[in-house]
Amino acid sequence: MEKRFADVAAEGRPVLVTYFMGGDPDFETSLAIMQALPKAGADVIELGVPFSDPMADGPAIQLAGQRALKAGQTLAKTLELARRFRAEDQRTPIVLMGYYNPIYIYGVERFLNDAVEAGIDGLIVVDLPPEMDDELCIPALKKGISFIRLATPTTDDRRLPKVLENTSGFVYYVSMTGITGSALPDPSLIAGAVARIKSHTKLPVCVGFGVKTAEHARVIGASADGVVVGTAIVNQIASSLTEEGRTTEATVPGVEALVRGLSAGVRAARLAAAE
Amino acid sequence: MNQPLKPNSFRAGPDEDGRFGIFGGRFVAETLMPLILDLQDEWNKAKNDPVFKAELEKLGAHYIGRPSPLYFAERLTAELGGAKIYFKREELNHTGSHKINNCIGQILLAKRMGKTRIIAETGAGQHGVASATVAARFGLPCVVYMGATDVERQAPNVFRMKLLGAEVKPVTAGHGTLKDAMNEALRDWVTNVDSTYYLIGTAAGPHPYPEMVRDFQSVIGQEAKEQILAAEGRLPDLVVAAVGGGSNAIGIFHPFLDDEDVRIVGVEAGGKGLDGDEHCASITAGSPGVLHGNRTYLLQDGDGQIKEGHSISAGLDYPGIGPEHAWLNDIGRVEYVPIMDHEALEAFQTLTRLEGIIPALEPSHALAEVIKRAPTMGKDEIILMNLSGRGDKDIFTVGKILGMGQ
Repeated sequence: MEKRFADVAAEGRPVLVTYFMGGDPDFETSLAIMQALPKAGADVIELGVPFSDPMADGPAIQLAGQRALKAGQTLAKTLELARRFRAEDQRTPIVLMGYYNPIYIYGVERFLNDAVEAGIDGLIVVDLPPEMDDELCIPALKKGISFIRLATPTTDDRRLPKVLENTSGFVYYVSMTGITGSALPDPSLIAGAVARIKSHTKLPVCVGFGVKTAEHARVIGASADGVVVGTAIVNQIASSLTEEGRTTEATVPGVEALVRGLSAGVRAARLAAAE
Repeated sequence: MNQPLKPNSFRAGPDEDGRFGIFGGRFVAETLMPLILDLQDEWNKAKNDPVFKAELEKLGAHYIGRPSPLYFAERLTAELGGAKIYFKREELNHTGSHKINNCIGQILLAKRMGKTRIIAETGAGQHGVASATVAARFGLPCVVYMGATDVERQAPNVFRMKLLGAEVKPVTAGHGTLKDAMNEALRDWVTNVDSTYYLIGTAAGPHPYPEMVRDFQSVIGQEAKEQILAAEGRLPDLVVAAVGGGSNAIGIFHPFLDDEDVRIVGVEAGGKGLDGDEHCASITAGSPGVLHGNRTYLLQDGDGQIKEGHSISAGLDYPGIGPEHAWLNDIGRVEYVPIMDHEALEAFQTLTRLEGIIPALEPSHALAEVIKRAPTMGKDEIILMNLSGRGDKDIFTVGKILGMGQ
């Protein structure tokens, strides 16, 4: 993951991080989506693990999780998705994102072994703050898996060092308080927040929550090391499905087209910033 | 795994990280962490502040109506022919249940913290009504999240909340019950952290909620202990309470935990039986997991997905339980047993007819266990049960099942 961030930085542009829900709308389609992402310009993949009670997610990602669970997706199958992807692509970093309970029930030790074997590079576990680092963060770091932490507008300078202490890979700045898929706040506030975090860490800072269009990606990418897009991709998938939630011919190409546009946005970011 | 050692006291928990053994903790999104730490600071200050304590006691006496009576159920005792049965009558509190004890305490904290908006989740609507009540009393706007299924089956409480000025938001996600309402309340909180105080109704959630709610509810057990000593000159042999999230139960249990001769039983919702999925017996039929900010016993599948529970009682319809109960179970201090829907329904009718008290369906579960145990105990033995809420809200549900009216 460090290499990917360094390589992209050498190109003089921010990293494009793309999120989708593993198993949405079904296993095979989501594998095709995952394979399409790097080809369309995604630099890092966030692979969502569905959970029945996604407390920090908005309606779009909640529904994606429900579609995935209904189609039989599990944590084991999400690891299988990564394994299948890795067979063809050994370079694109994969970050698994979800909630702790499925991992806890799978068994932390067994999960980490299987995650390493499946080629997982990092973890984002929404409901494990630094106070709970002994649960998964420390064991993951020992296995060489990054533990990426969310920093939010409520993470003040007093708390930032604690949040950053065991963070690795990158820092994910959630650009607002609230759930995924809400509206994007003022870009100048984001630039200030990114600068504040960067004064505490050498890690790259990626910004997410609310990035929907290539224009958003360009604006955010002017100050951040990376831009995370999630809900927009999930919505694109949802809008392509049949009424029963089944995949159509438009599903994978729709995601490709969206990500290609976002990729152009991040590529234009630094040019715009230099002007 | 190592067998947990028996502690010197069962009342010392949680530790500074909010753990009761392996249970409890603070499993929340980073957005909420600073707020939860602030709340913990404020709570630590408030609980040792004589001004806070005095305010709580004054409101308890003049607004809630404390102490609630301890009532000897003479006819029920005679009918069952065994142990003497006493009820701690929390159903006589203002708003009709024990929930108000906690709400008064937490809204005083919210005021201290300068919060200007209250949110709450509710199942049966008892906590929603209590929250709406204290919000009205202290002049703060209040939003109550309630599962759409519960909005339907607890219509009288929805009406009461609206009359009190609260906004009731029905939640359609999942099965539309308490778990879904709690998810939605957490989403609101994460979005409105600066202005909003989340008034959690049960002894669950991230630390410090389980400890804080327990301490506000422990007034039940403290009073009951004094009252039973005055009435009988000794402690009860058995204490029984219904457990959903477990706030009324921990409230009456906690002051008795170190009294070794007092047996303690928590009653879970057995629903339609433990064989299928239609129950809410998190301890007797669940396993440890992490949900809503704490590790505790949960109803879940092999992939860690949380199941929807079922109970005739909306207040017990939650697939988890407070972390202190999980610990008390594992350490063997409290015994947890299930009671089926139909047993609770029978107990509801028995109490109504024999004592002229219409209980809520939640304590009807505890009562069903009392009805099972009392005849097997000696006439010189004493049972103390928490009659945690009144049944006005349930009369339509029960009437429908019994085919009364219409």
